[in-house]
Amino acid sequence: MKGRNGMSMRNAGLLHPSIEKVVVIEGTHAASYAVKLARVQVIAAYPITPQTSVVEKLSEIVSDGELDAKFIKVESEHSAMACCIGSSISGARAFTATSSQGLALMHELLHWAAGSRLPIVMVNVNRAMAPPWSIYVDHNDSLSQRDTGWLQFYAESNQEVTDTVLQAYRIAETVSLPVMINLDAFVLSHTSEPVALPKQELVDEFLPPRKAPFKVDASDPRAFGALIGPEAYMEMRYKLYQAMEDARRVIREVDRDFAAKFGRSYGGLVEEYMTEDAETVLITSATAVSTARIAVDELRSMGFPVGLMKIRAFRPFPVDEIRELAKRVRKIGVMDRSVSFGATGIIYQETKAVLYNAPDRPAVFGFIAGLGGRDITPETIKEIFSYLLNREEPVSEAVWVGLKTAAADRPEPPFPENSAAMKSSEGV
Amino acid sequence: MGQIKYQLPPEEVLAPGHFACPGCGATLTMRYALKALGRKTVAVIPACCWSVIDGPVPYSAAGVPVFHTAFETAASTACGVKAGLDAQGDHETTVLAFAGDGGTFDIGLQALSGAAERNEDIVYICYDNEAYMNTGIQRSSATPFGAWTTTTPTESPKAEKKKNIVEILAAHRVPYIATASVAYPDDMISKIRKAKDIRGFKFIHVFSPCPPGWKFEPEDSIKISRMAIESKVFPLIEIFDGTDYRLSKEPEGIPVHDYIKMQGRFRHLDDEKIGLIQKNVDEEWARLCSKIVPAMQVSHAARDEMKGGRKSSRARGARGTGSAKKKEQSARR
Repeated sequence: MKGRNGMSMRNAGLLHPSIEKVVVIEGTHAASYAVKLARVQVIAAYPITPQTSVVEKLSEIVSDGELDAKFIKVESEHSAMACCIGSSISGARAFTATSSQGLALMHELLHWAAGSRLPIVMVNVNRAMAPPWSIYVDHNDSLSQRDTGWLQFYAESNQEVTDTVLQAYRIAETVSLPVMINLDAFVLSHTSEPVALPKQELVDEFLPPRKAPFKVDASDPRAFGALIGPEAYMEMRYKLYQAMEDARRVIREVDRDFAAKFGRSYGGLVEEYMTEDAETVLITSATAVSTARIAVDELRSMGFPVGLMKIRAFRPFPVDEIRELAKRVRKIGVMDRSVSFGATGIIYQETKAVLYNAPDRPAVFGFIAGLGGRDITPETIKEIFSYLLNREEPVSEAVWVGLKTAAADRPEPPFPENSAAMKSSEGV
Repeated sequence: MGQIKYQLPPEEVLAPGHFACPGCGATLTMRYALKALGRKTVAVIPACCWSVIDGPVPYSAAGVPVFHTAFETAASTACGVKAGLDAQGDHETTVLAFAGDGGTFDIGLQALSGAAERNEDIVYICYDNEAYMNTGIQRSSATPFGAWTTTTPTESPKAEKKKNIVEILAAHRVPYIATASVAYPDDMISKIRKAKDIRGFKFIHVFSPCPPGWKFEPEDSIKISRMAIESKVFPLIEIFDGTDYRLSKEPEGIPVHDYIKMQGRFRHLDDEKIGLIQKNVDEEWARLCSKIVPAMQVSHAARDEMKGGRKSSRARGARGTGSAKKKEQSARR
């Protein structure tokens, strides 16, 4: 997906025949309605701001009889994930939602869910980790769960939240791995947008009832997760690794199937915007992508060949897509809403890592922005582009954008003052 | 010891070839539990001796499906299995959480409390061997006062009393709690059968001797279990709705000293310390007796229950079918 038609709402508009109704809802409810459409059988959840309205709406949906599901109101996120694991190993379709500290508390069981090869789907509302207490967005909560064996998606719009939950169950149940769908605290979770809800019968066709390839079944007693020696553990991990590799293909196929049925596509693992003839491309994720689209439009209108790549799937990481992009561009900037202390922004690290063994290696610049809910505005993005256009090689591994304290590697002044410098890079 | 006057259900669900130590109480507990619950059971087992006893991949001795889960999640995972089976229309399969004392008294207490408070329809069996035995005999909150473990060496044995897990569960007012012993398989099996037929949360606390952990000969497991009951160290009781206490067996009241002297873990205790233990046992026994309804009533009521079954009357949603006394108790909730 390249160019404007990659944007979800502009794909098919709100008039596609698959649409049952269009509602104006916040991102949390976009998740709740998708759970209903997916005919989830067991929900287990514990409240945490700003996830609460996901489960409040689901409580209404279940108690109104609109969804025939068991809803276990557990005493912690740890138990929420344990309940999901238990119901999933029994063969049921399970869902939970959490955020930040709750996700961190689940950490042990994220490994357990993936290691048990259970297709649980979870919505995580991205919220900064404490201390100090913050309820606002950044991505350190979910990116810290990178190595647990969960697929991770980052949503740009409320429509994408709904659609990705539906896609997630298809993907999860195909590759037997759990999927986490992330949406930005408040920027998406509590912002209302029009969302097209598809017709139930079409969702049922797209997502048939789960057929578990293995489960706890008294008529066929087996043990799951028992002690295993060094002679076989590694092979089980290799199978999990392969399932995640296979997920790349499955994500692309499911997105294509989804587009054929519902008229909306998200490009699979990434979505590109104005990259066809771009020389400088910014890679970022989640709601900052929408903001970056505006900045790219502005810079394009000024004649700068800039573009945008949205990381939709962080796990599996879009290796092929980034290597393909690297063949075409001179510079890549990565804007992270996260930081790995002692290293850099997390997507920046991953981007560099996939390019090291690639034949084409453009200069890659790392930026850290928007931590703890600090606004990322079109000005923030233009400041980053200004920095990129002014330099041929990175001088720092982590440029902190919009930092109020004096920083050694502060980005350039706002964009218009650097027009001369930027023009010099245009012809290269 | 008297003659055996009862017959165990003949079917062996648990297969031979498991990995337990000789004389293991936890293994007898599982054997009797599965005799009581039958094959239509799913077992959820957290980190504990039973993570090993059932056998490594690809073996499983249990004879029922086993899901091995994280240490603190026996209750919460079992709730999930139950909800998942229910959601798929299977209301018949019994879901059994089977955990040691560490996974129950300590790290799993929060999930256990949550499941009990929600009155989840599972059977939770704690086989209590009074320390972290799978990791090599470290102190738990179930370890009794004065006991040696590798983290409470004889120079400074455990200075605190054993946590009263049964009272904690009783405070949740769950429909059924029972204590049981491998020395009385008939009593254990009848209690677990009763638990199977009651809707809601059931907790069975089993006294589970551990020869290597307690330092005694494997052939003395049953003898020690019996002495724990006869000395009132481990009373056999049932609690209905968290308030209605029944004594299952009147102990002979042998000195605690006799029970203590059987076990190497108490070898360092002098008579003064053993006296303290006796005093504590007597106090706890008096406290328990004050809650127990008179003996005559016990035996009659217990017999009625065995005949009629308590299935619906114990369900939280159907309390109205109980006696006036029960209604009064329900109203107190």
